[in-house]
Amino acid sequence: MSDSASIMPEHPPVTDWVNDFDHTDPKWTENPFPIWEELRAASPVVHTGRFLGCYMPTTYEAVKEIAYDTEHFSSRRVIVRDVRPDITARAPPITSDPPEHKPAKQLLLPPFTPDAMKKLEPRVRAICNELIDEFIADGKCDAAARYTKHIPVRAIAHMLGIPEKDGDLFIKWIHGILELGIKDDNALMEAVREMTGYFAAHIEQRKKNPTDDLITTLMKARDKEGNPLADEHVLGSLRLLLIAGIDTTWSAIGSSLWHLARTPADRERLVKEPELMPLAVEELLRAYSPVTMAREVMKETTVSGCPVKPGNMVLLSFPAANRDPSMFPDADKVVIDRKENRHAAFGLGIHRCVGSNLARMEMTVAIEEWLKRIPDFRLDPAGKVTWSEGTVRGPRQLPLLFGKTN
Amino acid sequence: MAGKLKIRVDQDKCQGHARCKSLAPELFDLDEFGNAHEVGDGTVPEGLEDKAYLAQSNCPEIAIEVTEE
Repeated sequence: MSDSASIMPEHPPVTDWVNDFDHTDPKWTENPFPIWEELRAASPVVHTGRFLGCYMPTTYEAVKEIAYDTEHFSSRRVIVRDVRPDITARAPPITSDPPEHKPAKQLLLPPFTPDAMKKLEPRVRAICNELIDEFIADGKCDAAARYTKHIPVRAIAHMLGIPEKDGDLFIKWIHGILELGIKDDNALMEAVREMTGYFAAHIEQRKKNPTDDLITTLMKARDKEGNPLADEHVLGSLRLLLIAGIDTTWSAIGSSLWHLARTPADRERLVKEPELMPLAVEELLRAYSPVTMAREVMKETTVSGCPVKPGNMVLLSFPAANRDPSMFPDADKVVIDRKENRHAAFGLGIHRCVGSNLARMEMTVAIEEWLKRIPDFRLDPAGKVTWSEGTVRGPRQLPLLFGKTN
Repeated sequence: MAGKLKIRVDQDKCQGHARCKSLAPELFDLDEFGNAHEVGDGTVPEGLEDKAYLAQSNCPEIAIEVTEE
């Protein structure tokens, strides 16, 4: 065990969720939905002494209030962890507050519009089919390890102009940052260091030989005064695209296949009525939103009538907001053609996910191509489904059997 | 006969979720940053009224106004 890990606080099992919640507790990881229901019934905002003090808004309304309030809540820390070290590796614009946020975000928006995603779509369809070719003859697979994990990695590599085969490195770094990093500072720092070195080398190469990709686009960007971005800003944004673009969509596609494996009626309906796909993708995003964000309280205020104090973090659970029955009738039910669906899976307010159009395209294509080639599938009773811990929720093992049961 | 519908996207509220463009591409356009605005002067052509309300009820930022003229 590393020195840093050994001084980390223990995480005893939670017995009092309302006053001592912990989003890394195995019960939360396995099935958070009844826990959120209990917290919501207790208060619109709950608090835990863990993580050096942290609030959690439990209703859609309270999540929205915090997401819109950049005066009292800062984005300088966006992961709730055991420690709060000095802020060194920024990742603008996700870690930016106004007024720095808007110019940093506007640099990233044009490459991620729906039209830009249409150009990338044929490559993503090909990636999905290349992956399916590798396991379809086996009649079964771990879909998290063989399929859902690789689609976002290869798509983002393609956009950035780096080799798709470097995907395994990215997956290792992301695991270090988003999962191990919550409790192990060394694992986080090591991953950030390796990732920064990797991208710095790619930036240097492009200074000599510019290419037609997203890294070059960022390097060519100019601020209002006409100055190029500092290398540190380019590196920060690349870190963000990789961290935010992979685990998240991997999880969303995985949860979708997990739902469809267990719900033959929805699966059969999507095969028969492919035009339902856009509504279905939004409903799967609502019901199984992968991403929980964080804020840091900067000034004392109230949220839905509850006082919040500086020095605490906020676990900003868009997934819990999306299960609030006062916002969504039958919130715990997947209604595959839900008509009214203002879900917050990609956030609310100025920090709306910059990659939301990419994520939707990847989810749509990944489910469509899977259903075309494997219309019937189910959970493999010989295997075990496991879920990621912490900030991004999705299946990390998803053993599936193909074909009809008889 | 009911009056014509008109739509308007509040530019201060829109954050570019692009749900409206996906649900009612005839009624909304996106700018280079992916933020939405109404097509033309926002008048909803006959037959597209349901799509106008569908887009409105799926906007996470409550940025779409639908009014009857």
